Amino acid sequence: MNSTEAKPRTLAEKARTLAEKVWDDHVVVKGENGEPDLIYIDLHLVHEVTSPQAFDGLRVNDRPLRRLDLTIATEDHNTPTLNIDRVIADPTSRLQIDTLRRNAEEFGVRIHSLGDKEQGIVHVVGPQLGLTMPGITVVCGDSHTSTHGAFGSMAFGIGTSEVEHVMATQTLPLKPFKTMAINVEGTLRPGVTAKDIILAVIAKIGTGGGQGYVLEYRGSAIRSLSMDGRMTICNMSIEAGARAGMVAPDQTTFDYVEGRDHAPTGQDWEDAVAYWKTLPTDEGAVFDAEIFIDADELEPFVTWGTNPGQGVSLSEAVPGPDDFDDPHEKVAAQRALEYMDLEAGTPMKDIRVDAVFMGSCTNSRIEDLRAFASIIQGQKKADGVRVMVVPGSARVRLEAEAEGLDQVIKDFGAEWRFAGCSMCLGMNPDQLAPGERCASTSNRNFEGRQGKGGRTHLVSPLVAAATAIRGTLSSPWDLSIDTAFAPAGQQRNQEVQA
Amino acid sequence: MQKFSSVTGVGVPFRRSNVDTDQIIPAVFLKRVTKTGFDDALFHGWRQDPEFILNQPAYQGARILVAGPDFGTGSSREHAVWALRDFGFDVVLSPRFADIFRGNSGKQGLLAGQVPEADIERIWAELEAEPGREMTVDLETQTVSVGALSIGFDIDAYTRWRLLEGLDDIALTLRNEQAISEFESRRERWRPRTLPVRQSAGAE
Ligand code: SF4
Repeated sequence: MNSTEAKPRTLAEKARTLAEKVWDDHVVVKGENGEPDLIYIDLHLVHEVTSPQAFDGLRVNDRPLRRLDLTIATEDHNTPTLNIDRVIADPTSRLQIDTLRRNAEEFGVRIHSLGDKEQGIVHVVGPQLGLTMPGITVVCGDSHTSTHGAFGSMAFGIGTSEVEHVMATQTLPLKPFKTMAINVEGTLRPGVTAKDIILAVIAKIGTGGGQGYVLEYRGSAIRSLSMDGRMTICNMSIEAGARAGMVAPDQTTFDYVEGRDHAPTGQDWEDAVAYWKTLPTDEGAVFDAEIFIDADELEPFVTWGTNPGQGVSLSEAVPGPDDFDDPHEKVAAQRALEYMDLEAGTPMKDIRVDAVFMGSCTNSRIEDLRAFASIIQGQKKADGVRVMVVPGSARVRLEAEAEGLDQVIKDFGAEWRFAGCSMCLGMNPDQLAPGERCASTSNRNFEGRQGKGGRTHLVSPLVAAATAIRGTLSSPWDLSIDTAFAPAGQQRNQEVQA
Repeated sequence: MQKFSSVTGVGVPFRRSNVDTDQIIPAVFLKRVTKTGFDDALFHGWRQDPEFILNQPAYQGARILVAGPDFGTGSSREHAVWALRDFGFDVVLSPRFADIFRGNSGKQGLLAGQVPEADIERIWAELEAEPGREMTVDLETQTVSVGALSIGFDIDAYTRWRLLEGLDDIALTLRNEQAISEFESRRERWRPRTLPVRQSAGAE
């Protein structure tokens, strides 16, 4: 697991992993003597934060954007989620958004701006339009591009100079990644979701455990997840340090893609599905590394520290520095406890929160909102807790409203907002105040991530909902709810024995 | 990117070591949305001091920065290279560069030449003897000359070739333009396209 290069492969070696197949089918020029391969990019997603300098680079060098028809832009990080028709107050945010709009117009890039039905978090927009599909390569100047790997695509975040490179050439010179299998076998108990799987995976392998790898999530527990759940898992691959995360495409994937605006149709659809069926990892293919997780054992999982690997089951207590053998982890734990203002040994369920944030590209799709709503339905939020629900895209917002979820959310006492990254990061008006503690369905609990001095506990939508009701970190298991609840990210047709 | 062969211009005896990228360009300038126009940001903190070397009349229009060891450490911001270039520098000489800074330089047409510390001292002495003195850095022969002094510098062969040819990353890739076009002609019809915009009736 320590070598930095992927194992060499020969053509004679037939059995290949999903990642290797997608890679091989995008090699434009094979690199010789350790040089990178030139990889073709099928889909380039663009947002306001990492694109301005890339556009400027094209302009300075008088280069055109090579494939406008493989490029799409939206606004998400800096957008307000209230009063979206007003001028953006923060000058930096306004400048970034205005610049994106001007660049899109000048170069002819398709853009979905604030107020547009397809505006939203870039990683929610790609899949909902049917642009994200199996067997393609997807890049974006954003680390959570790994989300799209849920479809069996190779999707990864890139830096600003690479954004310019893709704009100019539709390719990237890349060295092959190593592959790691994450086997999750068994059946999730009701109340345990995709989010709990990925938090448990990261706690197990650590925030650096995936470095240099493409993770392939496999096993019966993964197969039983819906696309929304698979996206939640792949989204957080980057939090384990991995370059990308993937799930092999299957009927669940095909059903999700079929009929969407940009999904192939007719003969193209037939061709696509026939090809997509060849993608799953071959019997006998060898991964560079492999880990195993027992789904039966999993419980709702939450973080206590300031990196996504510092997590425990909700039924456990806050660990202390003495619980770690590794000297670095000891120090990290000590620092995290100080920042989080927590004492070792405190039961996680005793921790009171000031805010609940339901949103972000990890958990803001329609199923996430349904799961959240299924718990809070007919309840009232805990006194003094601010609860914010932010759909991932304008379309998700409309869908939720068509189902009446907005009413459930408002009746509960929560705020129903417009689409965007919102409180996932402190780049727009939605922020924690210093010292505020939040149960958040987002993906990063770094110091100050949700606002300077803010304290973040990463949770699933179900835990967010139960926490909003009780005011302390809780899961649906702590509520006396008679009715079956919708487990976020699991097949809706699955039997729920709550 | 311009082809690089030889530069003659004013050399700056920059007697500082461990110049990190925060000093080269402070974080507040990273909010900008362009890739050019960072000349005012270069060494912004230090330039508030009228005595700072780049504020002295002798060094106006300087093109070669001769720095102490460990230049360009710290955050990987490419802006550090942009700021140096925008200010007018074509060359930075130092006994040691941070790897990422050196990589970024080579990609953006800034020559980062490695010169042993003792030789840097000799160059400084020459430049300080007559502030505003011109010097020459020749990439073909890999030599620095100032006054009677002629000294070799190190640069890896690949970066040297790129600078001589004037190839940025994109230009390098575009040498494969034909292969890219051929790949595109084989691209299956089912693969995604963002244009023309499609909107199916049942999208809701
Ligand atoms: S929701 Fe958060 S993690 Fe996702 S793209 Fe936006 S800022 Fe990044």
